[in-house]
Amino acid sequence: MTAALELRGIVKTFGELRANDGVDLAVEWGRVHALLGENGAGKSTLMNVVYGLTTPDSGEIVFDGRPVVIHGPQDAIRLGIGMVHQHFMLIPPLTVAENIILGQEITSPPGVIDLETAGRQVSELSQRYGLEVPPRARIESLSVGVQQRVEILKALYRGARLLILDEPTAVLTPQEIKGLFEIIRNLVAEGNAVIFITHKLGEVMEVADAITVMRRGKVVDHTTPQQSTPADLARMMVGRPVLLRVEKKPAHPGDVRLEVKGLVVHDDRKQVAVDGVDLDVRSGEIVGIAGVEGNGQNELVEAISGLRPAVSGQVLIGGRDVTRRSAKSRLHSGLSVIPPDRHRQGVILELPIADNLVLEDFDQPPFARWILRNLRAVFDYAAALIKQFDIRAAGPAEPTGSLSGGNQQKVVVARELGTNPEVLVAAQPTRGVDVGSIEFIHRQIVDQRDKGLAVLLVSSELDEVLSLSDRVAVVYRGRVVAILEGEEIDRDRIGLLMAGGAAA
Amino acid sequence: MFELAIHASDVTVFGSQTLVTATPLALAAFGGVMCERSGVTNIALEGIMLTGAFVGYAVAFASHNLWLGVAAAIMAGVLIASIHAILSISFLVDQIVSGTVINILAVGITGVFYRTFLETQQVQGPGTLPVWSIPVLSQIPIAGPILFQNAFVTYAMLVLIGVVHFTVFHTTWGLRTRACGEHPRAAETAGINVHFVRYLNVLASGALAGLGGAYFSLQQIGEFLPGMTGGRGFIGLAAMIFGRWTPGGAFLASLLFTASDQVASRATAAGIHIPPQFLGMLPYLLTIVVVAGAVGRSIAPAAVGKPYRKA
Repeated sequence: MTAALELRGIVKTFGELRANDGVDLAVEWGRVHALLGENGAGKSTLMNVVYGLTTPDSGEIVFDGRPVVIHGPQDAIRLGIGMVHQHFMLIPPLTVAENIILGQEITSPPGVIDLETAGRQVSELSQRYGLEVPPRARIESLSVGVQQRVEILKALYRGARLLILDEPTAVLTPQEIKGLFEIIRNLVAEGNAVIFITHKLGEVMEVADAITVMRRGKVVDHTTPQQSTPADLARMMVGRPVLLRVEKKPAHPGDVRLEVKGLVVHDDRKQVAVDGVDLDVRSGEIVGIAGVEGNGQNELVEAISGLRPAVSGQVLIGGRDVTRRSAKSRLHSGLSVIPPDRHRQGVILELPIADNLVLEDFDQPPFARWILRNLRAVFDYAAALIKQFDIRAAGPAEPTGSLSGGNQQKVVVARELGTNPEVLVAAQPTRGVDVGSIEFIHRQIVDQRDKGLAVLLVSSELDEVLSLSDRVAVVYRGRVVAILEGEEIDRDRIGLLMAGGAAA
Repeated sequence: MFELAIHASDVTVFGSQTLVTATPLALAAFGGVMCERSGVTNIALEGIMLTGAFVGYAVAFASHNLWLGVAAAIMAGVLIASIHAILSISFLVDQIVSGTVINILAVGITGVFYRTFLETQQVQGPGTLPVWSIPVLSQIPIAGPILFQNAFVTYAMLVLIGVVHFTVFHTTWGLRTRACGEHPRAAETAGINVHFVRYLNVLASGALAGLGGAYFSLQQIGEFLPGMTGGRGFIGLAAMIFGRWTPGGAFLASLLFTASDQVASRATAAGIHIPPQFLGMLPYLLTIVVVAGAVGRSIAPAAVGKPYRKA
């Protein structure tokens, strides 16, 4: 049997970085091949090479038994390679049918788009594969789950026989993930091949036929779910044994430190995003917010941090009403926030690590006196935090942008925990972070909880919420639909609630 | 005191002048629509029109052929637009910077050439494009003379409303253009050459603005004067925004702007003194109101103004 895709000795460097360092890979028809690795391991670069989005420095690509050169996505599409990107490649104001036919338009007369026929073909295709989509709806009006189906259809419409799925489950509910796995199994049952890129071990064990593990641009092992355990896979990914479960002692909650009462917040489009949320977080406990992204979590975090006004309701920190207070005054009353998107809100990449570490207090003693900064104090403080939080960097003066994602995030965590806050709002604290750093950040959060910190954890990774939280609040369409505690914290139940299912 | 009697002939004159003076605004706006729909801001439209006006006149003058002049104006527009395309698409120069450079360049070059070659000429100019009355249709009361008694550039503009609309919204090219303007990376992954699409759209906008330039020197007065476009390229951009990046909307917005000019000059003639500066502000004020009112409804192409770098 010929392999669907064979990669031999793929090398791709970006400046100093060897993103792919002699990668070999063989994917067979009729199989789901998982490509497992941490962020920055080189999985996406490798797949971009296959899809023609980047040109490799050297190496060979063999598709269906024939050596090929792929100059761009057009070549990949012609060969029958389709890719569903982690960030969907859909054009929001265009319709489903327009997005699907884009680049291979159905025309009559030539040059004029025949949307009638296009819509019909899309419907036929979607029925054939059981991927239901509304052909005439605009992409922006659809849920991410449906958008992903459009992406898969787009690839199938182009005649893809090898489908690359880049982190396809990141934005889906557990139920939607089950649906996706169903689709994947149908596709390979028809003889197609699927490459499934992920860093989630559970999904690999569930759906993959073969597994290739990458680390630092190299393939470290080929295996199958039968031959290895999740712990083995984690060790291969990271290069050392990893604790998959966070070890933590039972919580000893104290006084209420963060209280949210009847909070209503609008999003940028002036639509209600947070719809009357009541929450309290006590000292010494971690309250996790579970929910599919876009159900008001970001607006809630911004309203608590003071970046977004509350339409009504109250936010209390340490019993004091701060609803009308500025973000800065909230920070000074014991609040710390790890924002969900570190590049947009967490760090200033161009500035040195030291400056990022004092971003919230650079104008306060001891870091400043009157209008003069005390750089000595800043650097001493930074050096101490770099050590304490194990930030791998050349020194406090190194630009933050040159650190790995995990170390950038440690800078954010160090800054927020370094001020000994009373309340920590941690939004997506480990997004885009390697497993080693995830372990470290989780450890820090749990240790601080044990010392009495009140933590509100917002994460779209359900595993993270489940393993860290003492209580779990499930949000759906801006409302808290359930608060679960102890035994009630159950994966399937939370999954249903996240999807809008009634509290069982 | 003044009389407020309105005659049918007044309406015709008012309508006709509104339409005719809207011609270059609408053409610039159509150029803006093509360009911005593909993701490239084109504030160089003003400079492109001015260059078109100059080159069109110079060629018509030298060849004694107005039609060669019109063709040359279009060619000149394409040529100048290609500078914008090369700078902003291939060299990833900030599109506002590139556009500004072209605007300044256009004023300088046309000014210098005008003073060197044209100003001193004592010879008869090439005249203006003829007015064509379309038989039967031009006899329709009021609307007939307004719509069917025009010169070439105005007719072309009217036809182009439909042509540009159809191109942008019903053709393969238009779909690809809109894709590149909204999410170029997605377009590329669909196998589309984003740079190629953007190049052609920028060149098309040059052709449209170049034709708009021909209006000034070959249709309106039959002469070239330095700076004769007088900011109409910018008002065209305002019309494009006001018209929500559609040719039909841009055309109506252009009419609105020129109608307000007509009202102003008539008011002045009738003895009502509104400082002309205030009326000159009107297009911009309206645009600010519209843009401000549209915040959050994001109607501009999402990727407009952002250079696209391949992975």
